[in-house]
Amino acid sequence: MNREPMSRELETSVHNCHPASVPDYTSLDELRALQLERLKAVVERSWNHVQLFRERMEERNLTPESIRSLDDLARLPFTVKSDLRDTYPFGLFASPMKDVVRLHASSGTTGKPIVVAYTQEDVDVWTSVLVRCLAGCGLHRGDIVQIAYGYGLFTGGLGAHYGAESLGATVVPASGGHADRQIMLIKDFGATAMCCTPTYFLHLIERAGEMGIDMKQLPLRAGVFGAEPWTESMRQYIEKMSGIEAFDIYGLSEIIGPGVGCECRRHEGLHIFEDRFYPEIVDPESGEPVADGEPGELVLTTLSKQAMPMIRYRTRDITRILTGRCACGRTLRRIDRIGRRSDDMLIIRGVNVFPSQVETALLDVEGTLPHYQILLTRDRGLDQMEVQVEVTPEMFEDKIGSLQELNRRLQAALDRMLGIRVRVALVEAHSIERSEGKAKRVIDRRMQ
Amino acid sequence: MKIKQISLFAENKRGHVAAPVKLLASQGLDIRALFLAETEQYGILRMIVTDWERAAKTLEDGGFTVKVTEVVAVEVSDHPGGLATVLSALDACGLNIEYLYAFPRFRVDRAILIFRFAAPEAAIACLQAAGINVLASEELFR
Repeated sequence: MNREPMSRELETSVHNCHPASVPDYTSLDELRALQLERLKAVVERSWNHVQLFRERMEERNLTPESIRSLDDLARLPFTVKSDLRDTYPFGLFASPMKDVVRLHASSGTTGKPIVVAYTQEDVDVWTSVLVRCLAGCGLHRGDIVQIAYGYGLFTGGLGAHYGAESLGATVVPASGGHADRQIMLIKDFGATAMCCTPTYFLHLIERAGEMGIDMKQLPLRAGVFGAEPWTESMRQYIEKMSGIEAFDIYGLSEIIGPGVGCECRRHEGLHIFEDRFYPEIVDPESGEPVADGEPGELVLTTLSKQAMPMIRYRTRDITRILTGRCACGRTLRRIDRIGRRSDDMLIIRGVNVFPSQVETALLDVEGTLPHYQILLTRDRGLDQMEVQVEVTPEMFEDKIGSLQELNRRLQAALDRMLGIRVRVALVEAHSIERSEGKAKRVIDRRMQ
Repeated sequence: MKIKQISLFAENKRGHVAAPVKLLASQGLDIRALFLAETEQYGILRMIVTDWERAAKTLEDGGFTVKVTEVVAVEVSDHPGGLATVLSALDACGLNIEYLYAFPRFRVDRAILIFRFAAPEAAIACLQAAGINVLASEELFR
């Protein structure tokens, strides 16, 4: 083995950090000045190229010249997820297609996905923030990083891939699924770090145990886990069972993908790469900014995105800005790990799912909307989604084959709509509990 | 000649067949024949009830998912070969059976077969042409 020794040294300052991490330590004065300069530029860019943004600015009698300080950001209109749907597919692009080098897509709230675009410069920025994430997790050249996020339209796989490669690590692009093969690769290739969803890693721990492999005996030493909310107790469990250090990484396609923020080795919140993504916390009801330290909805502005700038994007993720400087020496502000969302979006095996998508799929099959309920459970670390559908007289045919066919059609429609495997259970009319006449749509037993 | 049958959707769980049956009993409705088809998840309870209209309404009002379907009732001799005769006749006519269940008629040494066909009229004609006794509702409930 010709590999550098694995460092457990903390990256403690700009003097011994990875070159890509230098902006993490910018002085606050310089950082704020840079942010203002970039904010002015991105507002100008959106004003010039994105019709929806310009209209909303004009409604408020604002122009790019209205931005004189970072505080002026709060005067700008929000962007919300449905804006991406309403302008599907390319309505929010600020670059001509000839300058767009990549498209990704993720689930929208109904049938159509939302599309995000990158120029080469955007891809380079994305890669650079991923390098900063991974370097902050103590990874470097010589590490073997296995990426088990899905490769494809989902931003997770390719985002982590280019970051790890640019860091100088050896990348194993395993993509999602095939747990036994993942474990074989970790073992045979000597992977030292894993990028995947935390629940998928739980599943791998479990599967490895069944295969008689003790993860603690493997070279694996770090896990960079994201794409879904997870808890501190899950971290403790993962670290105890596998002997690795587990990091929380945050991101969303609308902003760039993974790499908006990440924990450092202090594990005291996630640093936001705020020279690229400016964070605000607002009251989810009123939209008014709240003070640092107060919980609210995270709102992000992309400060340097070219192809698809997002001004004040409502993430629906509830968190707070942690006050005070992190002991790691980074000047970047930190957010608390995401615990919950202000909308009804579910994250299942890293995939965004909205109950409204389930409704759309059921309507497509039946023409009417039966009572239904989404039941989420966790089986050996893997999220399971069951959609229980009440059988109405209109749907009911006196043949087992017809019911099985109905089951298949519902399942196929849901699989198509959600992009994940769903189990459909036909249940008796009135068997789904209703409170005040309204069925509770989601029962989430995953954390139990 | 077609007979009304009540089909009821039930989950394959403890007590889920008992509930509709108890409801019918409480209304004095007599189940003359009954057949349960099941999968791991759910099943269909099929019943021939004397007063099918009242039974269907009672079950619907009770919140059950029911469907009234038309089946064909045939009387055969309750001896070896009784069923085979009927099936041979249907086979000769090229008719498919969707499902079938049987129950004995005590005292008279006869058995009743309940068939569901995709084309019940054709099946009735076929059976009658073969000299098989297709029962009307009144005869079935006699």
